[in-house]
Amino acid sequence: MDWAALWLSLQLAAWTVAILLPVSVFAGRFLAYRQFRGKGIAEALVALPLVLPPTVFGFYLLVAFGAGSPIGAAWAGVFGQPLVFSFEGLVLASVIFNLPFAIQPAQRGFESIPLALREAAACCGMRPMTALARVELPLAWPGVVTAMVLCFAHTLGEFGIVLMVGGSIPGQTKTIAISIYDRVQGFDTAGAGAMAAVLLVISLTTISVTFWLSARFGRRFT
Amino acid sequence: MALQVDLQAMSPIPLNVAFEVQAGQILALVGPSGSGKTTVLRAVAGLFTPKTAKISVNGAVWTDTAAGVHLPVPARRIGMVAQSYALFPHMTAAQNVMAALGHLTAPARLAEALRILALVDLHDLANRHPAMLSGGQQQRVAVARALARGPQVLLLDEPFSAVDRPTREGLYEGIRSLRTVLNMPVVLVTHDMDEAQMLADTVVVLQAGQVVRAGLVADVLVDPLALRSIGLAEVGATLTAVVVAQEDDGITRLMCSAGPLFVPRIEAAIGTTLRLRVQAQDVMLARSRPEGISALNIVPVTVVAVRGGDGPGVLVELRAGNDRLLARITRRSGENLGLAPGVGCFAIVKSLSSTRVVIAAQNLPV
Repeated sequence: MDWAALWLSLQLAAWTVAILLPVSVFAGRFLAYRQFRGKGIAEALVALPLVLPPTVFGFYLLVAFGAGSPIGAAWAGVFGQPLVFSFEGLVLASVIFNLPFAIQPAQRGFESIPLALREAAACCGMRPMTALARVELPLAWPGVVTAMVLCFAHTLGEFGIVLMVGGSIPGQTKTIAISIYDRVQGFDTAGAGAMAAVLLVISLTTISVTFWLSARFGRRFT
Repeated sequence: MALQVDLQAMSPIPLNVAFEVQAGQILALVGPSGSGKTTVLRAVAGLFTPKTAKISVNGAVWTDTAAGVHLPVPARRIGMVAQSYALFPHMTAAQNVMAALGHLTAPARLAEALRILALVDLHDLANRHPAMLSGGQQQRVAVARALARGPQVLLLDEPFSAVDRPTREGLYEGIRSLRTVLNMPVVLVTHDMDEAQMLADTVVVLQAGQVVRAGLVADVLVDPLALRSIGLAEVGATLTAVVVAQEDDGITRLMCSAGPLFVPRIEAAIGTTLRLRVQAQDVMLARSRPEGISALNIVPVTVVAVRGGDGPGVLVELRAGNDRLLARITRRSGENLGLAPGVGCFAIVKSLSSTRVVIAAQNLPV
């Protein structure tokens, strides 16, 4: 059992969720409420990581984060170390490839709030942030929580992109999914099996929570 | 305190509406679906801005497109009751009311919410969620929430459409009695002429975003041609009467300014003031007091006007004491009776069962 890899994966997932929580709420809310030119394209861009093969996505991120790219150069200029093959680079990649998981469920959650309720909040004198806290989030939170649960589970399990952008540096970028692959390559079936079981339990738990929440979502207030 | 509204737009519907409502007055916006009633209400609330709009309340400008003024919705002190009520489903009745009490300190909100809920007779149900309330109770929570802001304007968007008739008539009473307590302009959107007549002082009739008729309820609603041409229902008139006796045979004796009236038992205390709605089609006319007739209610009246269109019917406007009555009769009958302004005759309210009697207020302002 590679505890360092599991701990790294948990850290990566936690950072991803922490960064994506506000993104989930505000981008999901924006896409749910606003009609604008190019909304279809924006939604397609958000959904892109769902359909793009992880190695392809990882390849583009690797190129974008590399020292030769403006992003990679700027990062190296500010922090004095390269973005690729670093934990920070991994977090950034993780945030990007989790965007559809972060935004889409939250968007569905906000879309489920009738316009009349949002207007009633305004008519009650609530400014937008008050309405968000007191009316919208209490009604849309299962969508947001579902988003965060999916991001967490998905980050633990992601393999292709992590390998492309992070390599496999123990304690730095070697996540549990990559560690499992390494163990299999090294004929350590028992170790791989133990870690795979841990991932299975975590995934099963998170997806159960998601289903339970969406069932609860449907039943509330009726 | 007054609300002044002047709106023009070409889309989403052509709109050309202007009106003014004084404090303590109820203005009914009536018209068929799609005539722009709700759009006008939303413009006052700031939820929609027509191309050209000027809306002011007590002299303060809320919207003025020419000057680029648009007060944000939360900054407008309005009380809005939406058609669906739009109660917050995750909050109890009391919390719904407290949601509109943002101007008070947190500790003061609960007491104030309970006080307002008591005003609409709902203090017992303060801890219920909307899903656990009946339609009529939800409507009253919505009214309580609308009043909680201490609004400068009360906006009611078909507030009675989602409840059944009997419940509705109880709610009318609630609105009318609140009106005497609250001194603010009220705009009521409805497609129900009865409702407009029972509740409103003035009326604006809209069709396709244009004002067809506007004026005092009593003046506008006697013109059946204007109303029928836009697909609105049969008109009637209202009599104000006081309960004077509950008689042994199940009849309640009322007194209106033109004389006594008898109706099947109304559960109301003696001295209660009622508004009786008498539909024009339920009134017959006779030149002399008819004898040997089953109808109990025969009222001496004077003809004010005979209005007719191209059809075979005419609408006779009558003065009954201090009240007005309407009778729909055929043109031929009108000619046979020699009806003309100033002629005295007797109105026979022919069918009590179809004469809807509505308890509109415990204490009408006199």
